[in-house]
Amino acid sequence: MKRREFVKSGLAVGALGMLPLSAQALTPAQAEGLVAEVINRIQGIINSGNSESRMLRDFEGIFSRYGNTRVIALRVLGNDGRSASDSQKRAFVEAFQGYIGRKYGRRFREFIGATLEIEGARRNNSWIEVETSVALQGQAPFRVDFFVREAGNQNLFFDMVIEGISLTRVEREEIGAMLDRRGGDLNRLIADLRNAG
Amino acid sequence: MLLLGLDSFEIHLFICETPCFEIENIKMRYSMAPKLVNFAALAGILFLGACTNPENVGGIQDPYETLNRGVHEENRNIDDDVLRPVSNAYGENVSRPLRRGVANFASNLSLPGKVVNNLLQGDLEGAVRNSFRFAFNSTIGLGGVLDPAYEMGLPEEDTDFGETLYVWGVPEGNFVELPLLGPSTERHMAGRFVDLFTNPLGYVIESPANYLVIGANALSRIDDRYEYSETVDSILYESEDSYSAARLIYLENRRFELGAEVSEQEVDEIDALFDDLYGE
Repeated sequence: MKRREFVKSGLAVGALGMLPLSAQALTPAQAEGLVAEVINRIQGIINSGNSESRMLRDFEGIFSRYGNTRVIALRVLGNDGRSASDSQKRAFVEAFQGYIGRKYGRRFREFIGATLEIEGARRNNSWIEVETSVALQGQAPFRVDFFVREAGNQNLFFDMVIEGISLTRVEREEIGAMLDRRGGDLNRLIADLRNAG
Repeated sequence: MLLLGLDSFEIHLFICETPCFEIENIKMRYSMAPKLVNFAALAGILFLGACTNPENVGGIQDPYETLNRGVHEENRNIDDDVLRPVSNAYGENVSRPLRRGVANFASNLSLPGKVVNNLLQGDLEGAVRNSFRFAFNSTIGLGGVLDPAYEMGLPEEDTDFGETLYVWGVPEGNFVELPLLGPSTERHMAGRFVDLFTNPLGYVIESPANYLVIGANALSRIDDRYEYSETVDSILYESEDSYSAARLIYLENRRFELGAEVSEQEVDEIDALFDDLYGE
């Protein structure tokens, strides 16, 4: 009994000690600032007049610069990653970063003439959700939420949710299917991922 | 970036979302007495099925997967052979304002059915907003071809009897892939059936005007397939498992429309991962 109480109070003190820190860590305004920067970068690239191949590379870069691709990759790997070695995980994260950048980066043309607006930010669970409204040319606007959280002194988005559809969960499904098709062979998946997307 | 263009995703994965009802309604008037009985029996079974299944939060409940995958293959073939080429021809040959006008017209005529569902859900505000939208667009919007209500702060607020069932506490039921219509759940499917009857206009519009409605609805779906072609193609033809990709995307979007949040389990997993990577 006594020991359990001790553990409990220890946890309580620990939690209290953490609280001010995590409360200061990231404000909704800061998260909004990050997303505003992402939006400015996207619009800057589109209006740059650069060659398509250059714009494509710049778009790919946005993911690695503002997104927490490490968290995205590890969440995507999910349960399949439990038996993976540390070096396999590292290789997967690296291959996934390239894959995700290419896969979504090459769709940048859809953003030509688009308007992107920040609607607001709110604290939800342990992160900040920044709500944006995206209207592609000639289409009704749709909602895109960025989940932002501090990670090693940097503020990065770790998920992007389009009308409720989470990029992470979509990719988890896709990577899971790819892994199944390769008989669960993670090394083969990593090798293929380097060229996919 | 992204899987773009999903203002109501289920539309874009095959053809239909909102009022297939006009089409079905007509069919029934002219030829469908026996089919109607079958359809009613099917919907009744599914409705009961949906009632007996526990609500499924966040997960995927797909006991009919083998059957569903067969239907998905068929849907994909139809898309490849018919819908995609037809929608490309439509998009490339008809100007966007004209296509928009046709889609607006079809969507406007579905509004009275949405008002009925708003009321059934006890959503008086939604009912008033959709009624005003219908009134404005039907008059100054030239019969719904234009969308002045949008500029007045009355954008389309989608709802259907599937949502009404959700509000009434009917559980989601199992996942089903419907021929031509694409991904659904048992609850959403039962809702689609009831929505054949919820639009008051269905009882008012007579032949031959109803053919215009059918045509506008069909074109509106073809237009969606064109406008969101990159997204639809990426799911149907670029995914290594287009069935599971479409299933997930449908369920996520549908649950989001019904107000779902990130599950507790997922929040815990995220916190644990951050703690693992960046914690002290």
